[in-house]
Amino acid sequence: MKTSLDGLIDESVTIIREVAAEFERPVLLFSGGKDSVVMLHLAVRAFAPARIPFPVMHIDTGHNFPEVIEFRDRCVSEMGVQLIVGSVQASIDSGKVADVTGPRASRNPLQTVTLLDSIAEHRFDAVFGGARRDEERARAKERVYSHRDSFGQWDPKNQRPELWGIYNGRHRQGEHFRIFPLSNWTELDIWTFIGEYNIDLPSIYYAHTRPIFKRDNMLMAVTDFLPPDEGSVVEQMQVRFRTVGDATCTAAVLSSASTVEDIIAETAVARVTERGATRADDRMSEAGMEDRKRTGYF
Amino acid sequence: MERLRFATVGSVDDGKSTLIGRLLYDSKSIFEDQLEHIEAVSKRRGDDYVDLSLLTDGLRAEREQGITIDVAYRYFATPKRSFIIADCPGHIQYTRNMITGASNVDLAIVLIDARTGVIEQTRRHSLLVSLLGVPHLVICVNKMDLVDYDQEVFNRIREEFEQFASRLDLQDVTFLPISALAGDNCVTRSTKMDWYEGPTLLHHLENVYTASDDNRIDTRFPVQFVIRPQRADFPDYRGYAGRVAGGVLRVGDEVMVLPSGLTSTITGIDSPTGPLVEATPGQAVTVLLADDLSITRGDMICRPNNRPRASQELEAMLCWMDDTAPLQPGKIYSIKHTTKVARTKITEVLYRLNISTLSRETGVSQLAMNEIGRVTLHTTAPLMFDDYHQNRTTGCFIIVDEATGQTAGAGMLLSPRT
Repeated sequence: MKTSLDGLIDESVTIIREVAAEFERPVLLFSGGKDSVVMLHLAVRAFAPARIPFPVMHIDTGHNFPEVIEFRDRCVSEMGVQLIVGSVQASIDSGKVADVTGPRASRNPLQTVTLLDSIAEHRFDAVFGGARRDEERARAKERVYSHRDSFGQWDPKNQRPELWGIYNGRHRQGEHFRIFPLSNWTELDIWTFIGEYNIDLPSIYYAHTRPIFKRDNMLMAVTDFLPPDEGSVVEQMQVRFRTVGDATCTAAVLSSASTVEDIIAETAVARVTERGATRADDRMSEAGMEDRKRTGYF
Repeated sequence: MERLRFATVGSVDDGKSTLIGRLLYDSKSIFEDQLEHIEAVSKRRGDDYVDLSLLTDGLRAEREQGITIDVAYRYFATPKRSFIIADCPGHIQYTRNMITGASNVDLAIVLIDARTGVIEQTRRHSLLVSLLGVPHLVICVNKMDLVDYDQEVFNRIREEFEQFASRLDLQDVTFLPISALAGDNCVTRSTKMDWYEGPTLLHHLENVYTASDDNRIDTRFPVQFVIRPQRADFPDYRGYAGRVAGGVLRVGDEVMVLPSGLTSTITGIDSPTGPLVEATPGQAVTVLLADDLSITRGDMICRPNNRPRASQELEAMLCWMDDTAPLQPGKIYSIKHTTKVARTKITEVLYRLNISTLSRETGVSQLAMNEIGRVTLHTTAPLMFDDYHQNRTTGCFIIVDEATGQTAGAGMLLSPRT
């Protein structure tokens, strides 16, 4: 069967195989979010019938939607892959980072420390991420093989040229690469893949009813980690999540889309980008993502 | 639905960002939050109009300097096709980034300001497009509104370009009179240029025929990864994974493996989406053979009667990309060609190409950053390659500095001069 995704699947699978061939210790970041789910499925298909020759890793802020963690664990056990969890709570307990406090506290920025520590601890030299170039303007500039120095830093002004389909993964001890096999996929492509190949996702990607309060025009879900802001009104709303991250900074969108087909129809006419609609962390400043990526963020 | 990758080459002054903004805006691919964001930034900076370049110039340094430094990728779709835009910088000091963006596209758009006509930059960009073997070139004569939509101006620029381009290797060139700012002939037909009977830019992008761009004659399959499951249910599975670089592989085909020269027959082709009876260029597949041969990453599968060249003595056009050190003949570098890595010395710089005048400068011993020259190389192992013009995938390579790890050069292999 020929589909519009053929070229994209071929490109992603080629990248995943190239990394497995050239790097000593790759790892695939797996949060249970849709992009990482698609990436994991592509990795399975890249090496079938052999098993994926690397583990997966979740950087866990401890502030999760329970549906997502349940899904994560089920997924890795069904696929027979090894899961490593890098815990932000452990980084806090060991004194590496201070927990955040205050009314708008989110552990999202703390993940960078845990991520870099986990990479160093396991001596990973290639880290697959599910980031896409259509998500955000700094990501639109990033290479497929993105070099990180020994501090985990990205230098956007000094990126290696990346020509044809030839990737250069040469690095020194202690440096690593972030690898983005889904660079050229769009949100719509991801959903098309999920639909065509019948990919299972955490339930909160589909419309459901839950308590919601509004913050800066975003719809925040009330959870154990995110009590409603003082003075805000909590309402039962029918929503779904377009992106799934830390529960304290990921917002929902109003939606009645309960199937992949509904979501594809909704995405095709969406007038707001997925991160614009749902990510408090990107709203910090004009170059918020670039600045976080420079210091080693996903 | 097909996907078309195209590059836009130029600087903000040419109206490149406005053109991209126009394509995205008119095809309803700009999201409200993106538009709100650039409106707010433009207003804060005191701009007279909404600066659409902010959509693609995503890095802090680019916003500060108001120029494109690195390639940005943008995505949009119409009911006919999906598009990947590689938005490339035009300034000479970012030539390496332009080459990065244009190396694997189906089509390139070069903009000419109708008021200035063909300038040095136009020649440089067209030369690079020609060297990279981009199959389709679109010359957009922009800002037609500023020359009263005058057919004479358009024709003169077209003649000027054709005269210059006769010295290049361009296969398919299309000329379009447009105004990106006013929207003429971008997505909708201009009402002010009745004399122009060709398609709009978007119509051309949607319909340009690319199916014959791949080399479907010469079968080339560089082995990337050997799949041998360590599981009881697949005791004898041994598959050779890779991406088809040329020709067609079919179950039942007799094939030859290089460099060993051993032959076998294809018994099966697996793909990420299931088994296939044939695989065509660009497809990532796993090939199964009838015989148990010793095949490793870096080997090449082809047909016994149609083999690539194999040599340790090579000739290439090389673009130097390292800003820390010039190309030094005699120094040992790492070379990556398809899935094979070897070591190499550049034995001689035959000439340096003046990318503005096309003249060949001899007596040169080095190439500095952004310079292009014809060189000879000696490698530690034979490369199995084709002339770049026959096959972009098996004809290209990169040079890596072994000390810094930088991608220092990009080369296109050529048949040795006789």
